[in-house]
Amino acid sequence: MKPILEIQNIGKKFKIQHEHLPYLSLRDSLKQVFKKSRSTEDFWALQDVSFDVMPGDSIGIIGKNGAGKSTLLKILSKITPPTKGQIIGRGRIASLLEVGTGFHPELSGRENIFMNGSILGMKRFEIAKNFDAIVDFSGVERFLDEPLKHYSSGMQLRLAFAVAAFLENEILIIDEVLAVGDAEFQKKCMGKMDDVSKSGRTILFVSHDLAAIRSLTRKAALLNNGNCIVFDDTEEVIKKYSENLINKTSGIFSTSGNITKIHSAKIISLNIENRNKTKKQIELIIGIDIETNGQENTSFELILKDSKKQRIGLVSSYQFHQKKLPSKKGLYSTTIEIEPLNLASGEYFIDITTSIINQCWDHYIEDALSFNVSYSNPLGYSWDFKQDYNYGTMALLLKSEPKFVLNDK
Amino acid sequence: MEFLIKPKGKFNIGLQELVEYKELFYFFTWRDIKVKYKQTAFGFLWAVLQPLFMTLVFSFFLGSSIKQQSDLLMPYPIFALSGMLLWIAFSNGLSNASNSMVNNANIIKKIYFPRLIIPISAILVALFDFFISLFVFFIFCWIYKTSLKWEAILFMPLSVLMVSFAAIGGGTFLAAINIKYRDVRYAIPFFLQGLLFVTPVLYPVNFAKNEAIQLLLKLNPISGPLEILRASFSNQVINIETVLLSALTSGVLFITGVVYFRKTESYFADLA
Repeated sequence: MKPILEIQNIGKKFKIQHEHLPYLSLRDSLKQVFKKSRSTEDFWALQDVSFDVMPGDSIGIIGKNGAGKSTLLKILSKITPPTKGQIIGRGRIASLLEVGTGFHPELSGRENIFMNGSILGMKRFEIAKNFDAIVDFSGVERFLDEPLKHYSSGMQLRLAFAVAAFLENEILIIDEVLAVGDAEFQKKCMGKMDDVSKSGRTILFVSHDLAAIRSLTRKAALLNNGNCIVFDDTEEVIKKYSENLINKTSGIFSTSGNITKIHSAKIISLNIENRNKTKKQIELIIGIDIETNGQENTSFELILKDSKKQRIGLVSSYQFHQKKLPSKKGLYSTTIEIEPLNLASGEYFIDITTSIINQCWDHYIEDALSFNVSYSNPLGYSWDFKQDYNYGTMALLLKSEPKFVLNDK
Repeated sequence: MEFLIKPKGKFNIGLQELVEYKELFYFFTWRDIKVKYKQTAFGFLWAVLQPLFMTLVFSFFLGSSIKQQSDLLMPYPIFALSGMLLWIAFSNGLSNASNSMVNNANIIKKIYFPRLIIPISAILVALFDFFISLFVFFIFCWIYKTSLKWEAILFMPLSVLMVSFAAIGGGTFLAAINIKYRDVRYAIPFFLQGLLFVTPVLYPVNFAKNEAIQLLLKLNPISGPLEILRASFSNQVINIETVLLSALTSGVLFITGVVYFRKTESYFADLA
């Protein structure tokens, strides 16, 4: 059997122009004629990416922000041409880089179904044939003749996804469109996607949501800095990805607050394997450099967040330890050691901030640091307690093993 | 269905693909017409009011003096209205098309289809307005007791076709440039305003006494279609020289525009 998609040595180059405005104007361009050197830099968003996709495969594409995932999808969807390499495809391709492309707020729901479907490449008779099913799936039949601008954003989204769900192309390219909507709707979408992949069609799916990738795809490609590092079974790739996650263990920050400035921060140690080998708790030691102009009543805080950026913990120098920042102008370094934590495995982020006590944040740095816990079971047993399981982020240990006392009356 | 995605391939117009996506012409045109007249009290009347108003103003202020100084074979209001209708179809088509790629940038960046569909649909919207306003023209003909000749069946479509070619040429060219240089958006209105005065819309070609200006008027892509259109309801003899020169300009414009558009379109998504 021939592959349905052969991706061969795809590369995409962008030119980055320094000291330049995002929009070109004729004047700038004329100026350029007289000015020889303009500092442009070549930037390869993708380099030598190759893999084959067999008919019926569902392929996940993962990688960090800026790894080149979206560029690859754009090339596959013919939106932008590659600079190098080629792709041979065998089948009708449809791309969903966004839900509701071509939706117009002034048109009614009914009209938008036709407009959107047609832009996605459906023929008019196909849309007409599936019309009732689309409306049914979207659940907006009562408002079908209202202009879209009167729809809630949730309704617009449902309508958009409903149209896309009835695409009959052999190859579907999907970019994180599921990252929106409420939990119930996401579940519905995942169910539909599952049906689609079971119906023997080929899916390429980009997402940050590893759980979704895991449940929908059998194989995956891992991109990093424009290169395809691995192309293998999804489980393997996800494992590689979690290991390879180059965490932000240190950061230097250029912004500043009104009265304080956090210069830099770094994770000095992330002691996962404890001295006592059987215990696998996380000991986090962080160094921070803070500058203050000497104003009184300032403090610093750290906020720990899970992989979904949900805040799960707080460190506060004042509120928990009654320790303020020094009231003398200067740059100070501090090292803090957080008590051992029983964190679930997965990715974590830390916001670092200074604050005026009981009033407001001063210098807030979002996602200043991040780290990854690759495996979690506080007492070292084999079951890996993962964030993805949705059982929370803390393992709650008992003071002693449970004892069962026979209570048979 | 096999396809190949490569860096920049050999140049072709992509006619086959356009045919494959023919329904999109309809949908884009239909969308723009719908949206244009939604939530307006006058609706389609707007298509009529613009040429009508211009015609009335010009007939009132300049009509008699132009009529005296040239050999018009028809009432001036008929002359001016026929000119305005075709001119407005052209100028609206051209400016719609020029802005169309930028206006639809969000779609271009998210999905592929032959890009030519967008500017051409924008011109079809202007043609739709033209056909609506044609009714007013027929009413004018009735008022001024001017009757259509049988050649009109041939002449009217021909003139519309020639105008469309000119508008597609100019429109696609400017649309492609507009993606890169947003200056186009601002230049178009006054460019068109200026062009109106070197187009025999409100006065006939021989109104200009200067040879050079006459040549310029004849080279104007709208002159030929106007000549043909006006011959379909008057005894005016078609000036073959004007038609050929004008068609030549249209042809050059069309080829330049479409080729330039096709050559640059693959990078629209990166620039928009």
